Amino acid sequence: MMEQVRVVLDHAGDISPISSEEYLRIGGYQGLKKALEATETIIDTIKASGLRGRGGAGFPTGLKLSFTANTQADQKYIVCNADEGEPGTHKDRIIMVEIPHRLFEGMAIAAVAVGASQGYIYLRAEYPYVATILEQALADARRQGLIGSNIMGSGVDFDIQLFIGAGSYVCGEETALLDSMEGKRGEPRFKPPFPGVQGLWGRPTIINNVETLSNLPAIMVKGPKWFRSMGTERCPGTKLFTLCGNIAHPGVYEFPVGTTIRTLFEEVGGGCPRGKKLMAVQTGGASGNIIPASLLDTPMDIDACAEAGATFGAGDLMFMDEDSCLLDVLENLTEFFEEESCGKCTPCREGNTQLLRLIREFRNGTAQEGDLNLLLELSNVMRGGCLCGLGQSSPNPILSVLRFYPDLFVENSYRKGDLAYA
Amino acid sequence: MLNLVVDGQPVQVEKGSTILQACEKMGIEVPTLCYLKHLAPEGACRICAVEVQGVKNLQFACAALCSEGMEVTTMNERIAGFRRIVIELLLANHDADCFSCPAVGSCELYKLAMDYGIEKSRFKRTKKPRPKDETSEFFNYDPAKCILCRRCVRTCNEIQSNRTLSLRDRGVRTSVSLPFGKVFKDSSCVSCGNCVSACPTGALTTKASKHYRSWELTRTRTTCPYCGVGCQMDLLVKEGKVVGVEPADGPANPGILCVKGKFAYRFIGHPDRLKTPLIRKDGVLSPASWDQALDYVAEGIKRIKEESGPQAIAGFASARATNEDNYVFMKMMRAAIGTNNVDHCARL
Amino acid sequence: MTNSISEVVDADVILVCGSNTTETHPVIGAQIRQAVNRGAKLIVADPREIPLAEEAEVFLPIRPGTNVALLNGMMNVIINEGLLDKEYVENRTEGFDELWEIVKEYTADKVGMICGIDPEDLKKAARLYATAERAPIFYAMGITQHTTGTAGVMSTANLALLCGKVGKYGCGVNPLRGQNNVQGACDMGCLPGDYTGYQKVANPEARAKFEAFWGVPLPSKPGLTITEILSGAETGDIRCLYIMGENPMVSDANLHHVEQALRRCELLIVQDIFLTETAELADVVLPAACYAEKEGTFTNTERRVQRIRAAVDAPGESREDWIILSEIMSRLGYENSFTSPREILEEIAQITPSYGGFSYDRLEKEQPQWPCPSPEHPGTPILHTAKFSRGERAIFKPSPYMPAAEQPDEHYPFILTTGRILYQYHTRTMTGKSDDINRIAGRSFVEIHPTDAAKKGIAQGDQVKVASRRGEVIVEARVTERVSEGVIFMPFHFAEAPANRLTNNVVDPISKIPEYKVCSAQVQAL
Ligand SMILES: Cc1cc2nc3c(=O)[nH]c(=O)nc-3n(C[C@H](O)[C@H](O)[C@H](O)COP(=O)(O)O)c2cc1C
Ligand code: SF4
Ligand code: SF4
Ligand code: SF4
Repeated sequence: MMEQVRVVLDHAGDISPISSEEYLRIGGYQGLKKALEATETIIDTIKASGLRGRGGAGFPTGLKLSFTANTQADQKYIVCNADEGEPGTHKDRIIMVEIPHRLFEGMAIAAVAVGASQGYIYLRAEYPYVATILEQALADARRQGLIGSNIMGSGVDFDIQLFIGAGSYVCGEETALLDSMEGKRGEPRFKPPFPGVQGLWGRPTIINNVETLSNLPAIMVKGPKWFRSMGTERCPGTKLFTLCGNIAHPGVYEFPVGTTIRTLFEEVGGGCPRGKKLMAVQTGGASGNIIPASLLDTPMDIDACAEAGATFGAGDLMFMDEDSCLLDVLENLTEFFEEESCGKCTPCREGNTQLLRLIREFRNGTAQEGDLNLLLELSNVMRGGCLCGLGQSSPNPILSVLRFYPDLFVENSYRKGDLAYA
Repeated sequence: MLNLVVDGQPVQVEKGSTILQACEKMGIEVPTLCYLKHLAPEGACRICAVEVQGVKNLQFACAALCSEGMEVTTMNERIAGFRRIVIELLLANHDADCFSCPAVGSCELYKLAMDYGIEKSRFKRTKKPRPKDETSEFFNYDPAKCILCRRCVRTCNEIQSNRTLSLRDRGVRTSVSLPFGKVFKDSSCVSCGNCVSACPTGALTTKASKHYRSWELTRTRTTCPYCGVGCQMDLLVKEGKVVGVEPADGPANPGILCVKGKFAYRFIGHPDRLKTPLIRKDGVLSPASWDQALDYVAEGIKRIKEESGPQAIAGFASARATNEDNYVFMKMMRAAIGTNNVDHCARL
Repeated sequence: MTNSISEVVDADVILVCGSNTTETHPVIGAQIRQAVNRGAKLIVADPREIPLAEEAEVFLPIRPGTNVALLNGMMNVIINEGLLDKEYVENRTEGFDELWEIVKEYTADKVGMICGIDPEDLKKAARLYATAERAPIFYAMGITQHTTGTAGVMSTANLALLCGKVGKYGCGVNPLRGQNNVQGACDMGCLPGDYTGYQKVANPEARAKFEAFWGVPLPSKPGLTITEILSGAETGDIRCLYIMGENPMVSDANLHHVEQALRRCELLIVQDIFLTETAELADVVLPAACYAEKEGTFTNTERRVQRIRAAVDAPGESREDWIILSEIMSRLGYENSFTSPREILEEIAQITPSYGGFSYDRLEKEQPQWPCPSPEHPGTPILHTAKFSRGERAIFKPSPYMPAAEQPDEHYPFILTTGRILYQYHTRTMTGKSDDINRIAGRSFVEIHPTDAAKKGIAQGDQVKVASRRGEVIVEARVTERVSEGVIFMPFHFAEAPANRLTNNVVDPISKIPEYKVCSAQVQAL
């Protein structure tokens, strides 16, 4: 198998996840030390590295930090988004289980950069054993003076608390996550105001993914130039890719951004099991586009994916072999969204249930004239009109299948004439 | 101040204004369902979609802020098509039996459907509504008509601040409910009816509203006759009878009332109201004409005044009567009778 | 109120003392809760655990009748800990030394004993109030309906002045008036010593002004208060009593005495919308139009003048009060010139400086708060911003704590306190006509603490006899920890079992308000 390029997962699994001493021994907390010495330049360094969010939206991390740094407030917060609700994904879990101190260090760097004294890790409810590890590791870091008051003897205070999530997918959306932390029903808020300006309890709040934050220590130590030597021009660095579905070696692998899907499929994942042929790949998670095997040479990079009609997302790839039925896949995905919609905004609450009904009509061959048109109209309304990313992106799999497999809906639909609308 | 252009017309608004506020200022109507004037925008129903030049996605007027030089379009084919889908989605899971609905005529969903030319939703019902709750003395809740705009929930929690209503379940199964599966009757509900006043559809309706259609009503703005808050409200009148009350937006009441203001109006046309003057004859109060009664009063006062002086006469004015009535009462006691023996139950 | 209702949502700390706001002024109660939702801290002092107490940062379950001690105690803590607004006290008040002379006695420990509260809670409340930027005080009849009511009112003012919280946004001393137009009735001079706008009968200039305006000589001696009038009626000094829209047969203290007084009256005239308990005793009953059938104005508790408008016709031959009164005046030989409420307000505006700016035309567009001396004046949302009514400086008027007139003894071991409930209003002449309301709250009750109930063998829902030195009633028992041990509570709305048959008609020497909130009583299982 191909050698991974380990930045975030450097030494992961080689050392005890709990012990800060062991992490210090492999050069840990040196990035924080540097940050504490040169507080003013942290954000410039991160900006120069070109790091973009690894939680799915790909927002430039340095820019996000600068918004919060520039907002005056009596209190600011750093929240690590460890909700990891995407079905089949567990890249964040691996970081937290194998090398949590890197995450703490990253959070502390971000905190120092914006002037926050309190951090939270919002952990997916289904990860209780991860919580145990994090608690122990946090206690150890606190004992060593790496977090808590007067970190590393710098006079700066920064502590981290664990917050166990509410157990729903939408709580991974940053503003729903904040509502959930405030004890409310986790539902997305209207933006603006953005959390960076008005977040947790109304205070400026940085929310970043586990992987994003875990990139910061190396950037601080080795510098932006080194970071840019990996990945693509507009999205430097490495990425944890999750391979799942009909693949011989499913798992999480770290490679430079821009590695092609084919490389990941063939050389890392070992192709489909039992010698089956690949039919399609869902890229970027449950709400990502489904692309045919013919597009395997697409690089996993934010821009390249967008251009080809794929989705970068959080780096998930689900492979489907020749035996898969795409309408079944769409039904399963839409069931998931119908189930996970928070119910706040009309197009998502009422839209996903109607998408599901329509997909079922097509699958059962009972679709009526006009249904395809309605499916398209509704999908477009949802994409532009839902309040948060869940509803906005839930029609993506359907729309991508319509694009790449236009015959599918016709064959199963009641009247073939509907194709005209596609 | 910010300058922007809405539907081709220039307008100036204060910084921090929403597009909706700018539209209101210009008299341009943008439909809303989840919007509540006194609360932060929810941005949830999505019916207030508008176009902003240079921005790819539709913007939502209730929550989107104005910016300098912004150009807003509030209606075109794209916007209408978007709103139509939203309305059709709401109608799909709404029991549109308007014929027997107490909200007929005032239903905002019905109006939107008509405005956008929707006779029937192309979507189908996908959920089974929860059972009705008719246990409140004053109003009914029919979940089959609820469009989940949340105005009731937010009014109860954030304005009335009573925290009786909440949302239960998620996604399409979301419903307005009372905690612990309670019904209104045994909940913490204080019967203020503000949720009912906030509801745009027939989901929450007063029990009394079965007996009138909105177009049969005249409305009169007035002040609540009960406590000293002085809430502003509208009396709903059908055929010379007060049949209901709705909160108005007053300086002292942000669009809400309490149970007394909202529901204790039955005394107005009550059969027990006094209808003629009464004079006690042989120990019983018997009907008399106004002239008889007024003469009786005036003669009595004159006689006692002559015999014992004005200090033998006293009057209680009323903490419930108007300023004008009280003024005349006090003037009568002082100027016409000649005593300062006038007081009222200021102490209660 | 010195300040406006809507300011409360911006408060940092709110002191509610002797007001069950969410039940008696529900829409203000809701706005207090909005403030709490936004992070304001609430201090509640009340003998009952009223609904607001559940949200309070500090709840002080004081013994009924101990308000003055409580307030003095808070001031004691504030002065001792240097939390007073020294600059304000220096520049805008007088009499600080006299204040200290009295409140210095009221140490937290002593007040804790008097009020039956934890001294630490008292200190906490004092610190919270004193150190807040915006902190209004709300009070109602829980302060005023005592023999020491005036002292209570003064003490709330002392507290606010001491902390520089008068004349500032989001602060003030804010009495919540019970009835919709008590404020207006007072403003209109329906008080024995005052003409409109508190122009004094005893002031010769004011009297001369009214004499000239009305064209008749006016009596110079201030008149009698309600309590004095009723006593006068009992002794025969008052022979004729004209009652417009009040029901003392349920609302006044010591009903037995009220009934005797009214029965003795030679000519009892009652003008009302229903045949009330009081009207039943009348010699003449005059049917009046209700608020929904006429034009007029009410003045709310924040001094705001607002319109009422006719929505329906008055039933039968009933007439608007002012028309009836004008008819009688004319029969007595005095002709009024006005032909509508609009013209009456014009007359009021002419002769009342604080109402000078009001007219029906203006009230269509805006509803200002008095003082509003001219049509151009914007009204006064906050009183005393630069000056006090008496001049540059306010005077502290401190009072020592004095126990309530009646104290529990072996025959009457409980303290009975009375009040209102959410669903009913006053003597139920209006609310009692709605069946739906009566189904929820149609009967009287007495609240009693579980420990006391157990001692007396009383269970939830039992019929019990409550008696005082003045009478007895039979009501349903509600066993609840809302009241403290030794305290019982009854609503006064219900004529069938009137709490005011029990209450003590001893009055505050200045305000003449009876001590509705404290009397001694006993409770017995039936
Ligand atoms: C429905 C929904 C679920 C999401 N779930 C997650 C999640 O589990 N973890 C995560 O890091 N971001 C998730 N996000 C993205 C977050 O909203 C946010 O963009 C991210 O935490 C920002 O961090 P980053 O800039 O480091 O990527 C989700 C977004 C949506 C719309
Ligand atoms: S898009 Fe869906 S999940 Fe997001 S706010 Fe709307 S209803 Fe909730
Ligand atoms: S009951 Fe009425 S107000 Fe409440 S969510 Fe439903 S439609 Fe909206
Ligand atoms: S509605 Fe309620 S709170 Fe408002 S004035 Fe009437 S009685 Fe008072």
